[in-house]
Amino acid sequence: MRVSRFTQLSLRTIALGYLLILLIVPLVLILWRTFENGIGAFIDSISTPAAISALHLSLLIVAIVVPVNVIFGVVTAIALVRGRFPGRGLVQGIVDLPFAVSPIVVGVALILLWGANGWFGGIESLGFQVIFGLPGMVIATIFVTLPFVVREVEPVLVEIGDEQEQAAATLGASRWQTFWRITLPAIRWGLTYGVVLTVARSLGEFGAVIMVSSGFPGVSQTLTLLVHSRYIDDHNTFGAYSAATLLMGIALLTLLLMTILDRKRENA
Amino acid sequence: MTTTQPPTSGTEAAARRRLLPQVTGTVGPLGIGVAVLWLTVIVLLPLAALTVTAFEDGWAGFWDAITAPAALAAIRVTVGVSIVVALINAVVGTLIAWVLVRDEFPGKRVVNAIIDLPFALPTIVASIVLLSLYGPDSPIDIHLNATRPGLVVALLFVTLPFVVRSVQPVLLEVDHEVEEAAASLGAGNWTTFRRVVLPALAPAIIGGTGLAFARAIGEYGSVVLIGGNIPRLTQVVSQHIQQQIEIDRPVNAAAESVALLAIAFVTLLGLRFFAERTARKEMRQR
Repeated sequence: MRVSRFTQLSLRTIALGYLLILLIVPLVLILWRTFENGIGAFIDSISTPAAISALHLSLLIVAIVVPVNVIFGVVTAIALVRGRFPGRGLVQGIVDLPFAVSPIVVGVALILLWGANGWFGGIESLGFQVIFGLPGMVIATIFVTLPFVVREVEPVLVEIGDEQEQAAATLGASRWQTFWRITLPAIRWGLTYGVVLTVARSLGEFGAVIMVSSGFPGVSQTLTLLVHSRYIDDHNTFGAYSAATLLMGIALLTLLLMTILDRKRENA
Repeated sequence: MTTTQPPTSGTEAAARRRLLPQVTGTVGPLGIGVAVLWLTVIVLLPLAALTVTAFEDGWAGFWDAITAPAALAAIRVTVGVSIVVALINAVVGTLIAWVLVRDEFPGKRVVNAIIDLPFALPTIVASIVLLSLYGPDSPIDIHLNATRPGLVVALLFVTLPFVVRSVQPVLLEVDHEVEEAAASLGAGNWTTFRRVVLPALAPAIIGGTGLAFARAIGEYGSVVLIGGNIPRLTQVVSQHIQQQIEIDRPVNAAAESVALLAIAFVTLLGLRFFAERTARKEMRQR
């Protein structure tokens, strides 16, 4: 269908105008607000003790969540693709559940399971505090990022099939050898893509983490909690903008990595 | 959010399995056990604890919790705002997809790339970003903080990619010949769009809109700063749930969480049912 020049231009104007007022102007404005006092003010604002500790905590959570998700994610993907067991369809559904659950609901569910009065509340009296401690934030982050590795590795496993794995097994390779020499090299780009998504979501998660964190500045604040508390509690708008810009930089880096990996995967 | 079901490779694979019953790839029963245990501890047990707590005082207790005036008001605000957001997304998302596929202009690739930005940005950053333009120190003097339009803008920001990204690939595949045939038979542009293009796009539009709605009702991070959390006016369910936890009413919080989950599941199940029906219809037409 051929639209008139006028219609074409109107549609283009509406689409670009919408993106301009919703996305671009706010993003440019926050960058401008962050850097209007020079780059020095920005660096000062993101290197206060509270900000450095928030960055450390966020990175620590990523450093725990990523290996855990890689190991269990790959095992789950292999089990779902190669395994034949009753209830496989149900398990597929469970993997997707975290995407459908509101972050606040994740927090509530974890409090009711791991909190002092929860089902597993007993372990808190043994001195292992989950809720309002680092383990709670880690578990919350694992919950929301669980599908990424599984969902990125699964289609690759389906595509490569299991002929090579069977051949290796026939030739006497152990399960470990088959995994290291055959399966892992085949899934590496899908796995990397899943890891990038996991890192981005781990750094950016807010709702689930704020529910299970005690939120003390310098102790249990992640970068996203720092943005929130600077704006709400400290009325430090500039500080909130700077921390948000830092997070935005990380997000843009992620987007860039994803684009590069997408090309790698297509060529692979 | 879509389930990627691996295609079962039919009789050939079944025959091979019978020949080699021992080989289940690199993960045997142990792997399956680990995977199931992992999903149970991380995903199922928390949600089970949530559901059991929600019904601790029986059905009546659950019903009382979600129909308490403040809870009901929060549910109304959330669902109402999410419907508005979903509808705007359906129209504008389709329009953006159209412009990205059928129009040519300098910088189109950049525009196409920034569509994904809301998915990459942390939700709290979305909140701050919008506040810088529409908040208390708005340079253009538009103040949306602590208003329902503020909620709508925040949710439009985080749900932008859903409809665009589901319509775009379908629009690329749409058969131009049918459109040209319609035009040559004297159909105007509007008629061709309504009778030929729109029916082809409808499943994708509905799918994307449903996903945007499901995301909007549970959203927290992007509305927490701009929404203002004013009971009965801008307080959304997730904020009310958080409040219930803070004042130590876990049963109420759990009940509202289950209600929120139920709305999301009904939406997603409805979408899957709809998608399967559409797929079957297409199969029959071929």
